Amino acid sequence: MITAGLDIGSLSAKALILRDDEILGWHVIAARPDPEDSAREVMAGALGKAGLSMDDIEFTVGTGYGRKAVPFARAVESEISCHGMGAGWLMPGVRTVIDIGGQDAKAVRIDDSGRVVRYAYNDKCASGTGRFLEIVAGVMGIGLDELGPVSLRARNPVSLSNQCVVFAETEIISLINEGRDKADIVAGLHRALAHRVASLARSIEPEPAVAMTGGVAKNPGMFKALEEALGTGITRCDIDPQAIGALGAALIARERAAKGGAGA
Amino acid sequence: MIVSGCDVGSLATKAVILNERSVLAQAVVPSSFDPARSADEAMGRALEQAGLRLSDIRYCVGTGYGRERIPFVSKAVSEIACHAKGAHWLIPTARTVIDIGGQDCKAIRLDARGNVVKFLTNDKCAAGTGRFLEVMARILGLGLEELGNQRGKAGEPIQLASTCTVWAQAEVIHHLNAKKDIADIAHAVNRAMAARVAILARGVGIERDLVMTGGVAKNKGVTSTLEELLGTGIRRLRLDPQVIGALGAAVIAKEQAEGGKA
Repeated sequence: MITAGLDIGSLSAKALILRDDEILGWHVIAARPDPEDSAREVMAGALGKAGLSMDDIEFTVGTGYGRKAVPFARAVESEISCHGMGAGWLMPGVRTVIDIGGQDAKAVRIDDSGRVVRYAYNDKCASGTGRFLEIVAGVMGIGLDELGPVSLRARNPVSLSNQCVVFAETEIISLINEGRDKADIVAGLHRALAHRVASLARSIEPEPAVAMTGGVAKNPGMFKALEEALGTGITRCDIDPQAIGALGAALIARERAAKGGAGA
Repeated sequence: MIVSGCDVGSLATKAVILNERSVLAQAVVPSSFDPARSADEAMGRALEQAGLRLSDIRYCVGTGYGRERIPFVSKAVSEIACHAKGAHWLIPTARTVIDIGGQDCKAIRLDARGNVVKFLTNDKCAAGTGRFLEVMARILGLGLEELGNQRGKAGEPIQLASTCTVWAQAEVIHHLNAKKDIADIAHAVNRAMAARVAILARGVGIERDLVMTGGVAKNKGVTSTLEELLGTGIRRLRLDPQVIGALGAAVIAKEQAEGGKA
C-alpha cells in the first residue's frame, strides 16, 4: 500500500511517500504564501523522487499549520501526533521527541507504538524556537547552516544574560564590539536556546531515549548543546529531521487506509 | 539646600536639580555606552541651566541601570524607590506608579509617605517595554512621538495576536504589505503595548491615584488604552515623565542631607 504525508509549516513544506515499511522519497521546500501552492509543489517533488504519480497514492494525510489547505488530503492530523508517530517508527526505543521548528518548539512523550502520552508546546515566545538562531545568525552575518559548525570550534562559550531575542540581539552586538570570539558567542547562543528548550522538555518529564526533529536538528551544535542541557544523549534521525512530521502523517495515512479509509 | 538626582537609564540619562520645593533644572540626554560619561553630560546640562557648579550641590543620589558607575553621587538608590518618591513628591495622593523604561517596565504600589509597598518588574521580555515601541516605530517609519499620536481610523480596529515582539513585528510587516493604514497599525501597536503593561499593573493591585512615569507616558495611544483597560484615569504630571526617577533621586538626596547622613 502506498500512502503520503504532507506537513505544511509556516516556513517550509514537506512531503513523504511510504510503501508499506519503505520510505520511497521525501521532499522539502520553502513555504509559498499560499499553502495550497506549497502542498502541490512539495507533493510533485516527492512523487518525482519516488517515481510515482498522484494516482498511485492510496491515502494522504495532511499536518502542520497549513494542513487544511492540502486539496488531496483525505484526513488531517495534529503536528504533535505526527511527530510522535514518525519518530517512534523511525527510531524504536525513542520515548521523547523534541521538535524545534522555525516558529515553535514541542516536546512530546510517546509510548512504544508512537502514541502521544504527554506534550508541551511553545509558539508564544520566539526565544525558544529556531527563530532565535535565525535572527542572531543575521546579526552576526553567519549563514544558518554554518552556525553549528562554527559553535563547535568554541573554546570558552559566552554566557548570555538575556533570554528575550530582542534583548539578546543587543547583547550580541556589544559582545562583538568587546571583541569576543565569534565561535564563543555562537556557542553561547546555542546554549541559550538549548536551555530554553530543555526547560520545555523537563515540563513533560522526558524519558530516554530522546530524539530531536525539525529543521534545527540539522545543526550539530544544537545536538551538543541540548545533550549538555538535558544531561543525556540524543538519538539522530537517519532521514532529514525536517521530514519526520510528514513521515508520521504518511504512517497515520497507512493506518487510516487499512481501517477502510475513514477520513477525519 | 541644593540637591540633585541623576538617573542613568539604558536609553536616556536624566538629571534634576532641586532647591527645597522648586525644581531648578532638569535635563535629558541620550545614554552613551559609558554610564559615567552619560551622567556627566546630563548633570553638566542641568547645572548649566541652573547657573550652578557641581560644588554647589550638597548631596546627589544616583539611580537607574548605570547608578553604580556615576562618579559624583554620594549614594545609589534603586529605580523603584526613586520613581515612587518622585511621583509622590509631585502628586502626594499617588498610590500606584507605572514606569515604562526603554528596556523594562515596573508597577509600584506606595503608601501615603511615598514608600514602596509592593512592586513587580519585567526586564526579561521586550514586550511591554519601551523597546517594543521602538522596534515597531522603526518598521512603521515613525518617530516614537509620532507613533504615540497616531489615532486609528478604521471602523474595525486591527488587533495584534502575538505578545512576543518578534512575532508581533512579523504581524506588523504583514499588515504593511496588505496596505493597511499606518495609523491603524500604529494604534494596534499602542494597544498591544498597553495590554501587556496592564497585566503587570494588575499584578500589584491598582490603587488610585495612578501615575505614569518614564518616556512611554508621553505616548497618548498607550496611556488612553491603559486608562480604559484599568478602568481608572492616569494623573497628569507637571514635569516631563521621563525625569521622575531623577526627581525622586533628588528628593531622597534632600532627605539624606537633612537626616544628617550626608
